[in-house]
Amino acid sequence: MKGICLFFEVHQPLRLKRYRFFDIGSDHYYYDDYNNETILREVAQECYLPANKLMLKLIKKLGPEFRISYSLTGVLMDQLETYAPEVLDSFRELAATGQVEFLAETYSHSLASMANKEEFIKQVRMHGDKIKKHFGAEPVSFRNTEMVYSDETGSWVADMGFKAMLTEGAKHILGWRSPDLLYCNSINPRLKVLLRNFQLSDDIAFRFSNRDWNEWPLTADKFAGWINKRDDDAELINIFMDYETFGEHQKAETGIFEFMEELPAAIMTSTDYTFMTPSQIAEEFQPVSALKVPDPVSWADEERDLTAWLGNDLQNAAFNKLYSLADRVSNCNDEDILNDWIYLQVSDHLYYMCTKFFSDGAVHQYFNPYESPYDAFMNYMNVLSDFEIRLDAACPGDDVNQEIVSLRKKLEEKEEEINERVIEIRRLRSKVKSLTISSTASGEEKKEKRKTAGAAVKQKKQGTGGKKPVPKDVKPAGKGKTSKTKQTKRSK
Amino acid sequence: MKVLMFGWEFPPHISGGLGTASYGLTRGMASIPDIDVLFVVPKAYGDEVKEGLDLIGANNVKVAYKQIHYRGESRSFDKIEVDSQIVPYTDPEDFWKITRQEEKDNRLIVETNDRGMLDFTGSYGSGLISEIDKYSIVASVIAAENDFDLIHAHDWLAYPAGLAAKEVSGKPLVIHVHATDFDRSGGNVNPVVYNIEKQGMEAADRIITVSNLTRQTVINKYHIDPSKVTTVYNAVEPQGGIYDEYEKRSINDKVVTFLGRITLQKGPEYFIEAAYRVLQVMDNVRFVMAGSGDMMEKMIRRAAELNITDRFHFTGFLRGSDVYWMLRLSDVYIMPSVSEPFGISPLEAMQSNVPVIISKQSGVAEILTHAVKIDFWDIDAMADAIHAILSYPALSEMFIKNGREEVENLKWENSARKVREVYLEAVN
Repeated sequence: MKGICLFFEVHQPLRLKRYRFFDIGSDHYYYDDYNNETILREVAQECYLPANKLMLKLIKKLGPEFRISYSLTGVLMDQLETYAPEVLDSFRELAATGQVEFLAETYSHSLASMANKEEFIKQVRMHGDKIKKHFGAEPVSFRNTEMVYSDETGSWVADMGFKAMLTEGAKHILGWRSPDLLYCNSINPRLKVLLRNFQLSDDIAFRFSNRDWNEWPLTADKFAGWINKRDDDAELINIFMDYETFGEHQKAETGIFEFMEELPAAIMTSTDYTFMTPSQIAEEFQPVSALKVPDPVSWADEERDLTAWLGNDLQNAAFNKLYSLADRVSNCNDEDILNDWIYLQVSDHLYYMCTKFFSDGAVHQYFNPYESPYDAFMNYMNVLSDFEIRLDAACPGDDVNQEIVSLRKKLEEKEEEINERVIEIRRLRSKVKSLTISSTASGEEKKEKRKTAGAAVKQKKQGTGGKKPVPKDVKPAGKGKTSKTKQTKRSK
Repeated sequence: MKVLMFGWEFPPHISGGLGTASYGLTRGMASIPDIDVLFVVPKAYGDEVKEGLDLIGANNVKVAYKQIHYRGESRSFDKIEVDSQIVPYTDPEDFWKITRQEEKDNRLIVETNDRGMLDFTGSYGSGLISEIDKYSIVASVIAAENDFDLIHAHDWLAYPAGLAAKEVSGKPLVIHVHATDFDRSGGNVNPVVYNIEKQGMEAADRIITVSNLTRQTVINKYHIDPSKVTTVYNAVEPQGGIYDEYEKRSINDKVVTFLGRITLQKGPEYFIEAAYRVLQVMDNVRFVMAGSGDMMEKMIRRAAELNITDRFHFTGFLRGSDVYWMLRLSDVYIMPSVSEPFGISPLEAMQSNVPVIISKQSGVAEILTHAVKIDFWDIDAMADAIHAILSYPALSEMFIKNGREEVENLKWENSARKVREVYLEAVN
């Protein structure tokens, strides 16, 4: 038995508005509603709606033999709820056929897996809840943001109970091995790892409409032929791509929808591959070996690493700043802050700061609303500054604030101590007074006492010295008092 | 190939980017073996840097009794075989006599000093137009006396000189547009200057512009055939650690610097408005407007009006090493020019490890990647960029690191090589 897995990533970033530094502290709304709505509506019209319609048609036509899988990010679902609920309806229709699997991922399409395990787990759960709410079933397969994968991330995912995880069939992790087989996580072998066949995937996603490509035009039959030509021991072809390939990256005029319409039938008739979803594959196939991936991989650029998001000092500074707030946010209950926290983690914010675009031009600029990476960084950091101010106000917690809190505490303690001492002084003074009155009743001395309290106290001390020792620490207070009285007298 | 080059100023006697650029270019050309440059300026002081080129001051060329060709009419060279005479005069009496005759003959009357030479100030003063004329006369003398294959004239002040040399020698003329009057005047073009520029451009065999921005001006405003206009970007002389000599800090506050002529073209008022915005939010920052110019008083008044003079400083015109010191003190350099054909100064700032903010209306914006680019009028964006560079260390460090690398790759040799290609086109 051989399986082919069609998986689509469905994501739209929540773009930030132009946020100037004078907005910091006064404007707490960060999003470019106009652009987000416009772009989402456009993509819905050009891609999501027609593509979903096509998939539904194929499912109905081909029956249970045709299966596909999706990952919808939480940020996308939030936007769909607001701007294009009909798209969610059409996904629900697909879900209802039972032939579509929805995968889990981080709610905000974030790189939390690279920074903070707790945050990562929290986001995956949050996303799972959302998927369940919309499509009725808890996801059992996982794919991380931009196919980011490492042994460690995989083990976390396994610990959370997922059976399968998707990632890139990057050459440098595979070496001589084939992506067309099932692998498993090297720490926790219970997690099956599906590897993207980037050759075949990109033939559709990137090269489909490229007229300079010697295989242009690509037809469904030709593609099915390539699948047949894979190695004899190939068991599994994983075609993973952006859903926006249909109608957005490859416009409808290129014939991408027609290609997709023909493709399943072509594969079914001329190859022995069966359409399967990741969870089915995890059930049906045995992993051939564990895959060692100590350093994270992704499906981006030539390098297949994280340098598109964390490749320069700007990106690292922004990323570190963001996740330095994680602990405090987790202690915070303010709903708005928690909401913004999710949206500020969207990995696209970092992607816009990528300076690689000078060499890896086309793709990066295509998706970038900013004029330069510097521009993206400035805007993001301004937003983050405001966010931190709000966080400070809602849940103080960083070093400075902790310092302030601890100093305030110290101050209160001191105040209390002073109060205690003052009471003690009063008590002692009244005692001294009563003693003086009882022991010495000379009128001269009384006069003198009225004149200079200090001298009186001194004399009193001398007088009482033998009888009762005055506590040491009261002395300075007494002296202070004395000099003060003197001063006020002099000023008079 | 021998090039007769006409400029207006030469280091160290410079008032702006023109002298720096012409010097840098000749330095770059010195690295190309098959090109010799004879550089002419109106006034040579004798202390100019003369590595790799010959420098002539027009004030040291004897014009008395030289046979030079009269350039009063637009006839082509080969038809005017008869050269007319420059008649030197030294006192008003002579002048009167000569001018009476002038109507009859095709003579050109100029005032010489008692050594038979023309006096030049080499400045941009009131007698500029007559000085340009005189310069062109000397140019024809020099053209007649020297052997060369091509004439290269820098900016409108030297176009008439280049034209005169071309008429005398018949050699191809390349003019180098460092700026046009549209940049200098902010739109109120001086018709006299415009005509000089247009004549130069029309007569030139090839035109070099310092940016595509300027190229478009030449094509659209002077109606020049695009095919003869080529952009060759300026570069910057490596400074080799000159900035390290200066003490970095004497104050703890961050310093944001505007350095240049305080004139309409440079957009100083936008800098003040942006400073005001930043100062409303940040208190550890100072702003410096270094330079002088016709808008300086207005700017001081505006700063006072905004009540920011305790944080906004004017230095007046900075000379020589003071410029380096100022850059060394700066945390941000800003060039909000309304119209800047190129703009070498941000490159110097980047050399001295200062992040730069430049206007999109500058030619240098076409080649720089590691700089903040804003519209000159976008005060909010300018203020935002200043704040960001001062507040987010990662940003400032990126700009410094990448910026330095970027300017190190802008070499005059590369510009010179491109100029050479233009020469070859002009000669053939």
